[in-house]
Amino acid sequence: MATVSFRDATRIYPGSDHPAVDKLNLEIGDGEFMVLVGPSGCGKSTSLRMLAGLEEVNAGHIFIGDRDVTDLPPKDRDIAMVFQNYALYPHMTVADNMGFALKMQNVPKAERNERVLEAAKLLGLEDFLTRKPKALSGGQRQRVAMGRAIVRSPQVFLMDEPLSNLDAKLRVSTRTQIAALQTRLGVTTVYVTHDQVEAMTMGDRVAVMKDGILQQVDTPLKLYDQPANLFVAGFIGSPAMNLMAGKVTEGGVKIGDYLVPVSREVLAKAKGEETLTLGIRPEAFIVSDSGIGVEVAVVEELGADAFVYGTLAGLEDNEKLTAQQIVARISSRRPPARGEVIRLGVDAEHIHVFSNATQERLSN
Amino acid sequence: MPRFVSAKPDSRLIPLPWSTPLAEWPTEHLVALPRGISRHVVRFIKVGSSVYAAKEVIEHLALHEYRLLHDLMRIDTPAVEPIGVITQRVDAEGLPLDPILITRHLQFSLPYRSLFSSGVRPETVSRLLDAMVVLIARLHLSGFLWGDVSLSNILFRRDAGNFAAYLVDAETGEMHDKLTDGQRAHDLQVARINLFGDFCDLQAGGMLEESLDPLTLVDTVESRYTELWNELTGAETFSGTELGRIEGRVRRLNALGFDVAELDIQTNEDSSKIRIQPKVVDAGHHSRRLMRLTGLDTEENQARRLLNDLDTFRARTGQQHVEESIVAHEWLTDVFEKVIEAVPSDLRAKREPPQLFHEVLDYRWYQSQRENRDVPLVEATHGYVRDVLRALPDEAMSQDALAPVDSRQLVNPYDPSQGFIDETYERPYDPWEDEAADDEAAPGGYLDIAALRSRAGQ
Repeated sequence: MATVSFRDATRIYPGSDHPAVDKLNLEIGDGEFMVLVGPSGCGKSTSLRMLAGLEEVNAGHIFIGDRDVTDLPPKDRDIAMVFQNYALYPHMTVADNMGFALKMQNVPKAERNERVLEAAKLLGLEDFLTRKPKALSGGQRQRVAMGRAIVRSPQVFLMDEPLSNLDAKLRVSTRTQIAALQTRLGVTTVYVTHDQVEAMTMGDRVAVMKDGILQQVDTPLKLYDQPANLFVAGFIGSPAMNLMAGKVTEGGVKIGDYLVPVSREVLAKAKGEETLTLGIRPEAFIVSDSGIGVEVAVVEELGADAFVYGTLAGLEDNEKLTAQQIVARISSRRPPARGEVIRLGVDAEHIHVFSNATQERLSN
Repeated sequence: MPRFVSAKPDSRLIPLPWSTPLAEWPTEHLVALPRGISRHVVRFIKVGSSVYAAKEVIEHLALHEYRLLHDLMRIDTPAVEPIGVITQRVDAEGLPLDPILITRHLQFSLPYRSLFSSGVRPETVSRLLDAMVVLIARLHLSGFLWGDVSLSNILFRRDAGNFAAYLVDAETGEMHDKLTDGQRAHDLQVARINLFGDFCDLQAGGMLEESLDPLTLVDTVESRYTELWNELTGAETFSGTELGRIEGRVRRLNALGFDVAELDIQTNEDSSKIRIQPKVVDAGHHSRRLMRLTGLDTEENQARRLLNDLDTFRARTGQQHVEESIVAHEWLTDVFEKVIEAVPSDLRAKREPPQLFHEVLDYRWYQSQRENRDVPLVEATHGYVRDVLRALPDEAMSQDALAPVDSRQLVNPYDPSQGFIDETYERPYDPWEDEAADDEAAPGGYLDIAALRSRAGQ
């Protein structure tokens, strides 16, 4: 078991003028489940490959425990990589399907069997060990694939989008199983995904990356409640946070015809910016008598709640087409009608204020 | 209503039962052809005389793979041809079904399960590994990171006395301008694990020649890849008196089947040291030349063989000074087509024309040696048809992997991954499955923040 630490780790691809990963600093605790998330090309997979030793580190260092592994070949790093693709071999037993990589490393048979049995116990697969995989369900196959990594008993697990080829249902159940298993094993895990819902539900902490730069690393709730900048605010959350730019006015920021109150201290941090961006989560809105005016376009009912999609009230028809969509999650007891104008209020503590100049968060 | 995304649509595909899950398709639309292991439901479907491979897979992967296969075709990399993606499928109850990716079945391709089986000659294995290595290197040269090199994802075709390998699965692929050493190492690592597993599986099924050892096979692939990659891209430094080494390098690359489009040559100030490095190399040196001269579309080694015969023809007919393309045309009609026409049409599904021609040349050589005379080509063709070709199995759509191994029969001939009939058994109780059944998929990928808060509060 071990900590992992990226220290100013940088990767510049040959022929590229900007780094794929730029001075990454990330401390991953012993036994922690760290998720790297971001859009395609953000550097998350490159970071993982740097840790695996598959991608050269051009500057900075990477440590596993106290050991500087920056220049070590992959096989000397004591890590196991779980890829998105796995195939179960029809003629091999479940035990052999789990242990064949150990055979490739010339691990003696007795030890191989012991490690496979141990992993099978953890995965609830003991009764399947002597069987062939053809009759396994999708979830059981997924567990055998996890078993392949577990039998290697590495210091660190690296997982590169392991769920991306599963259907929605299997993805959700496997997600839960991987997270539960990781907690039980207590092995430091670095997990890469482009899916922020997956990141938020699985990680102890989540590192959000964009253009090779680490934007924020925090617990899922902290990322959700206090996004450090506009990118994180827009990326984390589904449906996404409403980000609305408005003019700074005495006492607040004007959105449509409504002045959203913003405290003096926060406005003072804006240092003379004329416009600021306000971020409001869909569920922070409350239908009330005063608030941001929204013309309702679609209402989607979802159990006790309803999602209301609309645009700022008072727009011309041709403006509505290109206008920014506003999403609110409200109680479905009295859903508004299509075309109706409603007022959406929000408590001061649920308003996130961002600078347009620096993109950084200004509110607490 | 299903929606078809396709560059070259085949209208006969439209009336097929898209609202049925692929695993439940009526067999009247299916052909049982051998194939590798897949995580997805894969079937071969037949419309008219065309055979397609159909794979049921989630939407973003289906479209991703379709586009990548298109890119690979555009840059002339050996890969299966994408035909289309059928999206927006719903079953009879209106529930959504995963899209289906359609690719054209590669004619004359050989299933690997029969290629490595008992009785295989060591040279054949060596050639199969070479074909695989050339494929990986070609993909890497064009900036393609495969992410899933495995026997199941490769098809082999005969290529004169060698084999040519084709990519059949690009699901995990990524296209880059240029691959880094790290990305190539990643692909090789995946290849090592997958191929080792593939060979062990063949061994477990009694289908691997006994003298072959999975670990040695995998090591061979890796060391040959490194060797080939160094030859294709490595820098070489020598003294200014050895200028012939520049031409030597180009010849070696040509012999490997590659053209050098850009060679970087650097000299020091007094030209006493020279450093050369190929910057751009293109595969298909011989097949491109043959295509230009005759219009024949062949594999690389078939082209090499045919070009050799063309050169011999030119010398024998005393036409060394005649324009090459004119001689080539004459050779095509007087030699090549004569041989192909001499093969009865009911035997044409056994070998592709260039492969037939190659095998006839081989046959003639042995015959001439044995009889100590020059056997004429047409006579040799008749002999070959009589002595060899008739006894060969059809390979246009090879079915030999369906032959029962040790007299065992597949549960489902359309899906070999379901195993053999004699292996059916009861499933033990699995409490994890019950738990998984309780997990409800979040609708539309919404983030359930309330659940997250309550979990954090615990």
